[in-house]
Amino acid sequence: MSDRIKVVTSRLLLVVGLALCWSSAHAVLRVEITRGVGGGLPIAIVPFKVLKGDVDIDIAQIVADDLERSGKFEVMDRENLISSPGSATDVKYQNWRVLSQDYLVVGNIEQTSAVDYRVTFELLDVIKQKSITAFQYQPRENQLRRSGHKIADAVHEAIIGSAGSFDTNLVYVSVTERDSLDNRRFHLQVSDSDGGSSETIVSQRQPIMSPAWSPDGNMIAYVSFENPRRSAIYVQDRFTGSRRVLASYEGLNGAPAWSPDGKKIAVTLSREGSPDLHVIDVATGRSFQLTRNPAIETEPAWSPDGETIYFTSDRAGGPQIYRIPAEGGKVQRVTYEGNYNASADVSPDGRLITMVHRVGKDFRIAVLDLKNNLLDVLTSGRLDESPSFSPNSEMIIYATEKDGKGVLGAVSSDGAIKLHMPLSEGEVREPAWSPKLP
Amino acid sequence: MKKYPLVWLCASALLVGCASRSVDNIPSASEANRSVAVGETPSAGAIDGADTYGTEQSLLDGQGIAMGEGEVADVGRSFGSDTYFDKEAIYDPGSPLSQRVFYFEYDRDTLSDQYLDTITDHGRYLATYPEALARLEGHADERGTREYNIALAERRAQAVKRLMMLQGASYNQIITISYGEEQPAVLGQTEDAYSRNRRVELVYE
Repeated sequence: MSDRIKVVTSRLLLVVGLALCWSSAHAVLRVEITRGVGGGLPIAIVPFKVLKGDVDIDIAQIVADDLERSGKFEVMDRENLISSPGSATDVKYQNWRVLSQDYLVVGNIEQTSAVDYRVTFELLDVIKQKSITAFQYQPRENQLRRSGHKIADAVHEAIIGSAGSFDTNLVYVSVTERDSLDNRRFHLQVSDSDGGSSETIVSQRQPIMSPAWSPDGNMIAYVSFENPRRSAIYVQDRFTGSRRVLASYEGLNGAPAWSPDGKKIAVTLSREGSPDLHVIDVATGRSFQLTRNPAIETEPAWSPDGETIYFTSDRAGGPQIYRIPAEGGKVQRVTYEGNYNASADVSPDGRLITMVHRVGKDFRIAVLDLKNNLLDVLTSGRLDESPSFSPNSEMIIYATEKDGKGVLGAVSSDGAIKLHMPLSEGEVREPAWSPKLP
Repeated sequence: MKKYPLVWLCASALLVGCASRSVDNIPSASEANRSVAVGETPSAGAIDGADTYGTEQSLLDGQGIAMGEGEVADVGRSFGSDTYFDKEAIYDPGSPLSQRVFYFEYDRDTLSDQYLDTITDHGRYLATYPEALARLEGHADERGTREYNIALAERRAQAVKRLMMLQGASYNQIITISYGEEQPAVLGQTEDAYSRNRRVELVYE
């Protein structure tokens, strides 16, 4: 094939590839920023130059979207680009100063085998005219999106000084054929933090609930109603799909939550009469009963040091958040504001709890600062639920609704940034943010 | 709803009269009217007075019927039909046993007496045929968190089970399973949809 035909063919393939990517993006969570703060750091991200081979993922766009979503950056519109350097050596800094950009990301990709790539990027300080950081990754084809997220994390860390949470996963439940109650299907799905690369790890006609990550990101615990006589908590390897039953006792089996060291899972069981917290040793299967109270005790959540478990109890008449030492001991009430507080998650830095908090008739996401006991209501929906912190404690993903359909939302823990992430097909609920991935 | 306290007045009167058997915690009629239950939302900050949204009271917590080991109350005489059910009655669409879904009332989350009659009928069927097995599936409306709603709906199913056991059904004949808000009968966010989702369903196995 002549060189000219090769170039045309590869460009054609790129266009076709992008078109396919766009149509498969039909299943990707689309991000709509609904409320942001002005004054993000101006950064330009140049589309990565393809040095060799076929690439159908727009890595620069993933980086741009990630950084925009954090609310801390204002990414320059592509149409304002006046040049497209593929590496630092091609950069003329005054071009970027003229566009009022403080930072510039350039990069390139080359295909090194049928399924392997090399991705190189560099972050430049436009004002100081020098390189801040540069990395090279060697992803397989199915990890290309992930390199975009790793780059966004590296940029966030280099400029802001704290870790990003872009190279992380979400697990959530999606429901299809929702309008025909008899034909509904439930799927447990894992995706990137932006909803991309989603894969289904469980699919069935009976409800799935309460997915929870192991601290190493390899296992997911969840509740399944596949047995019509009894619910069960399963623990499943997210890569191999192999799973085992953790608990399927008489009564309720629910709300699994892994300890931060991965050795124990707290669950809710009602086998002793009323729903109470039990802690199961993952290796031996032995359990001990943590709470003993005729009221409902459920929705356990571990503190990051593994010493305390927060949970929902209605022992005072309505659901409130309480805490108990993880080895057992005195129960203390945590929430005093409002008449319905439930579904707690503790921030990985240990400073905040997020929860579902009822305001009037609406259920909203709130955070409680554990130090000064101040409660801040972050969302304004009617039925917001399942809040889960990002690994850097900055964002909370939760379930909400839009146009009567279940979608995911995200809000920064200070409430400044709000996002909606609608899925085009079916509806989505019960998100859980993964730990930092190795 | 209006007939309900009257039924309980009769039941209480009958029970007080049955001196030979005692059952724990039979409330007076005024206690039954109060419908105080574990899980009742305090009304501080509530809208529209008694705000029962999201906190769904167990059917019989207000009545506080506790069963001692091996005791059976004669409550069956005060409601439920007096028909004897033959074994095939559960297959007969004309029998009272064909009613298998029990709904909870809008403002108080209690069953109306029409369902109490049916539940006691099912209880007596199970008592008559000890090899018959049933499953009670508890459901809640969508308001509130999912796992908490699983627990609330379980309470409801267990209360129906207790009522059936009062008729002589044995503990081992009835399984309860709670679906919380996960298996609605009806989609929608109206009070009508909610009331049709707050239910316990009976399945003979």
